[in-house]
Amino acid sequence: MAAKTLTINGQLISAEEDQTVLAAARDAGIEIPTLCHLEGLPDVGACRLCLVEIVGWPRLVPACVTKVAEGMEVYTDTERLRKYRRAILELIFAERNHVCSVCVSNGNCELQNLAMKLGMDHVRFEYRHPNLDVDVSHRLFGMDHNRCILCTRCVRVCWYVECAGTKNVAGRGVNSRIITDMNQPWAEAETCTNCGKCVQGCPTGALFYKGATVAEMERDRSKLEFIVTAREKKQWLV
Amino acid sequence: MVLEDLVKIKERYLAQRKKFTFRVCLAAGCVSANSEAVKEALEKAVAEAGLQNDVEVRGVGCLKLCCGGPLVAVDPLNVIYQKVTPADAPALVAALNGAEPPVAKVDLAHPYFAKQLNVVLENSGIVDPDDIESYIAHEGYRALRDALRELSPADVIAIVTKSGLRGRGGAGYPTGLKWATVAKTKSARKFVICNADEGDPGAFMDRSVLESDPHRVIEGMIIAAYAVGAEQGYIYVRAEYPLAIKRLQNAIRQARQLGLLGSGIFESPFSFNIEIRIGAGAFVCGEETALIASIAGRRGRPRPRPPYPAEYGLFGHPTLINNVETFANIPPIIRNGPEWFARIGTEKSKGTKVFALAGQVKHTGLIEVPMGITLREIVEEMGGGAPDGKRVKAVQTGGPSGGCVPASELDTPVDYESLTRLGSIMGSGGMIVMDETTRMVDVARFFVEFCMDESCGKCAPCRAGTVQMYNLLTKIRDGRATLQDLQTLEELCEVVKNTSLCGLGQTAPNPVLSTLRFFRDEYLALLKDHPAQQHQSA
Repeated sequence: MAAKTLTINGQLISAEEDQTVLAAARDAGIEIPTLCHLEGLPDVGACRLCLVEIVGWPRLVPACVTKVAEGMEVYTDTERLRKYRRAILELIFAERNHVCSVCVSNGNCELQNLAMKLGMDHVRFEYRHPNLDVDVSHRLFGMDHNRCILCTRCVRVCWYVECAGTKNVAGRGVNSRIITDMNQPWAEAETCTNCGKCVQGCPTGALFYKGATVAEMERDRSKLEFIVTAREKKQWLV
Repeated sequence: MVLEDLVKIKERYLAQRKKFTFRVCLAAGCVSANSEAVKEALEKAVAEAGLQNDVEVRGVGCLKLCCGGPLVAVDPLNVIYQKVTPADAPALVAALNGAEPPVAKVDLAHPYFAKQLNVVLENSGIVDPDDIESYIAHEGYRALRDALRELSPADVIAIVTKSGLRGRGGAGYPTGLKWATVAKTKSARKFVICNADEGDPGAFMDRSVLESDPHRVIEGMIIAAYAVGAEQGYIYVRAEYPLAIKRLQNAIRQARQLGLLGSGIFESPFSFNIEIRIGAGAFVCGEETALIASIAGRRGRPRPRPPYPAEYGLFGHPTLINNVETFANIPPIIRNGPEWFARIGTEKSKGTKVFALAGQVKHTGLIEVPMGITLREIVEEMGGGAPDGKRVKAVQTGGPSGGCVPASELDTPVDYESLTRLGSIMGSGGMIVMDETTRMVDVARFFVEFCMDESCGKCAPCRAGTVQMYNLLTKIRDGRATLQDLQTLEELCEVVKNTSLCGLGQTAPNPVLSTLRFFRDEYLALLKDHPAQQHQSA
């Protein structure tokens, strides 16, 4: 495979052809914040946190779906990008009911971690405080829509890794919601295989193991990595 | 079907022409004003007068001056009657002998008509949209025949490129370049899609074209398919346009019957078919990647580009996707040559543009004008300005993605670049005139509410950002906001504009930004902590 040379934040990087800017940056130890990207899942470019500046390109582009090119000059951490990322996080926090102090994922939450890392210490917008359901009908797992950020990782893991196709998105705009099967309670979703991969994929406390209480919910991504590696590289991780 | 057949159909049709023709507008606007009953009454009146052999009553497409509907044109008297009722029918028939009927006539010398230049609408209000022979009699399918039998696909693309035609959906991407890109992509399967998911509030250009002259769009699509090497086409039309759907279905069936769709068109090796896909009411499905997902049976949500549909489109195959009006421009370009087309319009914006003139303006309806005409000519001369002696305050172009052009900038020529410079866009052709009673904060709030409702919810800035924009605008409107809120709104607009995934989110702040640019005082006057407010309360 041909290699491409590019610079990220002034640092010369060599990347594989077909690699995304995000993957190339991570290989080089440059962290770009993301919420909807999860290793092994097809990318959708939805959270817009991995937007980067590329010299000569008219618009900001999501690093997760942009392929590297020879001589590309990428900037991942400019003042402008930091400002936009903080604003997007503020919007997400104001959209639903993200109350860390009572959340199962407190301390292990990607949204919380990003907010701290990017210095999002207050929210300029009015909290919407929507009245949302919690689906705890399933024997093993729960879904708290209050903490969902609609990254659709659970939908993609369900469709592309487990291939069950249970999870989906219903509604549009701010009324979008993750549903199971034909918008039934999770326990009644016949296609669900109870594999729990969606729970492993969730970045926040929206999907959790029943019985986990505040700050107890930790995720084990190695299970997903195991399957994806086995499928894509035909290697069994031990 | 060969050339001789086309000519035969044309001659037969023309030979059947009667001495007089009533052309009754049967586009959606006039139909809603009861024009179907007018047509029936005219047929009855003609029969009662025993004039069946001398008078034809023809249902036609849009006669353009929608505010005067139902409209009836009479040939060869060259008059159009407006606000015709079924009871007027006998008087109109009697008037064929030169009598003066008690029905108001449209002033055809008025700038509303005199300044129009009809390319896309050349058959609108003339041909019977339900009769393919009527279209053929007006040079229909002649361009297709010439393209298939006398031009190579590369020739067709060269002609379209040379004409300077740009996409009429709003963004103005060069059509020839798009066609060439799809043509160059190597793939066993390719698709052509006509985007008829017109959704801007107040816009009805594409609907009118489809209702008035559906064959023109079909012909344009077949020519495009030949140029890029596609065998299957789709027309994605919104369910809210039942009449357009009915006429398209009928037109496709008639074209199949004559062998103009199907295999071996005009006895060439080229085959092409068209199917209709009906949209389920999502504005975002006018965005090309969402539209393609919707045709494929998936949720209508946009995806990041690249890859563009030209490389990776419907079912993963290269796909050419153009707007209704773009396809409707193709037959006359092939027939009259690219030089003819390129002579119309400005240096960078060639040809004409169809606008739906609506809002607080005397004459509302459909207009087609050469690019480069000023907004003032459209609004004040053609539209006659605001009614009831009020002054025009602003013109909104481009729908929810566009902006408000203030009255002081009305001398701006209508072309892609000039409107963009003013913070608006050409858009697909909606043009809403607002008079001095309009409050600009309300206008911005209306369009932001529209975008909020229509946001698909995929990307965070558009989904969560439009809601906050709407909340802030509501707060400003209600007089609860501070300068700080206004600043937050402006910062938010910048974020949503620069970080959203698709055109809907990227342009959703435009109505706010353009009203802030030209009517900032109106925002400031509503703020709690604005000096003027404090003065009033003190």
